Amino acid sequence: MHPSSAILLMFRRMRAPLIVLILIYAVSVLGLTLIPGADANGKPWQMGFFHAFYFISYTATTIGFGEIPYAFTDAQRMWVIVSIYLSVIGWAYAIGTLLALVQDRAFQQAITLQRFSYRVRHLHEPFYLVCGYGETGQLLCRAFGDMNRRFVVIDIETSRIDELDLQDLRADAPGLAADARQPDNLLQAGLMSRHCVGVIALTSDDEANLAVAAATRLLQRDMPILCRVTRPEIAANMRSFGIHSIINPFETFGEYLALAIRSPGSYQLVEWLTATPGSTLETQREPPRGHWILCGYGRFGQAIVDDLQGEGIDLTVIEPNRSITGSVPQVTGVGNERQVLEQAGIAQAVGIIAGTSNDIANLAIVATAEELNPALFTVLRQNQQSNSLLFSTFKADFMVRPAEIIAHECLGLLTTPLLARFLAEVKRQGDAWSDALVARIVQTCGKRVPATWNVAINAKGAPALLGELGNGTRVKLGALLRDPADRQQSLRVVPLLLLRAGEQHHLPADDFDLCAGDDILFASTRSSRSLLLGTLVNVNDLGYVLSGRQQGAGWLWRRFARDNSNGSA
Amino acid sequence: MNLEKVIFGFFIVFAATLNFGFVIGEIDNPTHHNALELFLAIVVNLIATVLKFGDRTQVGAVHLATSLVADLQLLAAACVWAYAAYASASGVDAYAITTIVSLSAGALLANIVSVVMLIIETMMLRR
Repeated sequence: MHPSSAILLMFRRMRAPLIVLILIYAVSVLGLTLIPGADANGKPWQMGFFHAFYFISYTATTIGFGEIPYAFTDAQRMWVIVSIYLSVIGWAYAIGTLLALVQDRAFQQAITLQRFSYRVRHLHEPFYLVCGYGETGQLLCRAFGDMNRRFVVIDIETSRIDELDLQDLRADAPGLAADARQPDNLLQAGLMSRHCVGVIALTSDDEANLAVAAATRLLQRDMPILCRVTRPEIAANMRSFGIHSIINPFETFGEYLALAIRSPGSYQLVEWLTATPGSTLETQREPPRGHWILCGYGRFGQAIVDDLQGEGIDLTVIEPNRSITGSVPQVTGVGNERQVLEQAGIAQAVGIIAGTSNDIANLAIVATAEELNPALFTVLRQNQQSNSLLFSTFKADFMVRPAEIIAHECLGLLTTPLLARFLAEVKRQGDAWSDALVARIVQTCGKRVPATWNVAINAKGAPALLGELGNGTRVKLGALLRDPADRQQSLRVVPLLLLRAGEQHHLPADDFDLCAGDDILFASTRSSRSLLLGTLVNVNDLGYVLSGRQQGAGWLWRRFARDNSNGSA
Repeated sequence: MNLEKVIFGFFIVFAATLNFGFVIGEIDNPTHHNALELFLAIVVNLIATVLKFGDRTQVGAVHLATSLVADLQLLAAACVWAYAAYASASGVDAYAITTIVSLSAGALLANIVSVVMLIIETMMLRR
């Protein structure tokens, strides 16, 4: 539907009532001018068009100034009776049609669409286009709101879009209740806008996400796309469209669980770098090796089986549906029944994964299993955000929250793209490497979760440093990481990754020479981050940090100081 | 045959003929120009305008535009007449009737454009 169709629709619907009104006015006016009247002295008098139109105008609108300019003859009065009733019918018809139009669904939709596209067009800040405002979408949008990022939402359900208006988000976000699979709707939501910086497809329908991704790839070749997918064949389809930011919450979780089993140190490092900054992480129980039971062999179960088997875990699957079979030993039944659990070998098991799509069933499975074997390592899948209270009181060793996993991954990919590269490296390295790094970060930044962030050495991120490098000065990474108030103190910063022309340098040392265009990932405390960001921007701070000289702030004074140093040299 | 097309064509041609009938005659002679004919021309023009509402084609948009021009010119002529007849001291004299007729002659031009477009549209249909 085109945005301007509301006004067209109104015109078309009002055609008949307007013609009826014009005709009624014309007939009434014409009648008055033809019927003979009499003036004050009783002489024959013919009413002109001007007076007739004046009289009909105030009579039809029920104002009623009386019979002017002269009292009417009886013949005129007869005609006026007819025209009064005619005009009442005409107005009733016109107003009735107008009211029906306002209540019309198509008309209201057209108005909503028009207002939505107006708001999108007047969004003069970078924004993300979020398709799907379910649990994941809401989590992500809340985070966007906290980070002061703008977004536009499309969801097929009107009720969710209504919710968008009710939630207390920082900035008001335009939302459209429409099918994101239709490219037209994506265009209305600002896909072609120069302020659109990314498309995020989070609907619960994999095919809809594929449709969004394909449309975006074809219409806006360079637009970053993030997609939620749970079916491997759809993911393969997306890859063939050249989309690589595909998030499968179940596979992601499977990888994490496998990592935690394979190398607990690496897992802790990964979790540390991705957790919310400022919180403290308790040491978690390490998932043991041995016999595991997996309840539910749906999309989640199938996605993690390979990862677990890759770690040499001996698995038994419990699944009520006989038609789903795989390569692992299987028991038919529901996991919250004793005999089914016993059949699956609960007595000698070391861990259980409650991974069905039903939250209450998952809680029941873990409760029953712990009763039979209290030493079990428990993994609990939570599907609905509304059950959070139940799940947080139930202390499971590992929680799977698909919505949170996706929102987390999206934020990571969008805000610190380097972190994903670094985490991939962590997964490659051994336990000892990770333990050493954790120890180093704890020593530098304390036990609190550090902030991970990256900065590019370019005109936007580090103008002061860029100028210094442009002068031909060699700047070592370590020289930069000093407190701008007292350069004897080093900042609480650990450089994790440096990206130069596509090449990755992990944990760059202090004597690493910096170069324009470098992109560096740091882990640091929050205060050290703001100090370092300040140094990169402020010429005076940078000068002090690098050379120890306090520089004059003004251009003239700087000029003078430079001449002086030249003279002495 | 399409009834809608008949009605549409009827009002467009009727608006043009009434307008022509009013304009024809000596330009400064009030007896050659009938007030009733001007009134009917205005009414038929207004109906023709409303009939063109809500057409989203390019031709429909130009049709609507010419009709609005004709309405404007004819209503201006009617206003001049009402002012001359009731408000001014001199009444409907040669000067007033010349203004009225020339305004409605402008409307006639817009109406002729409408008719020509109607004919072209019909020729393009080739049925």
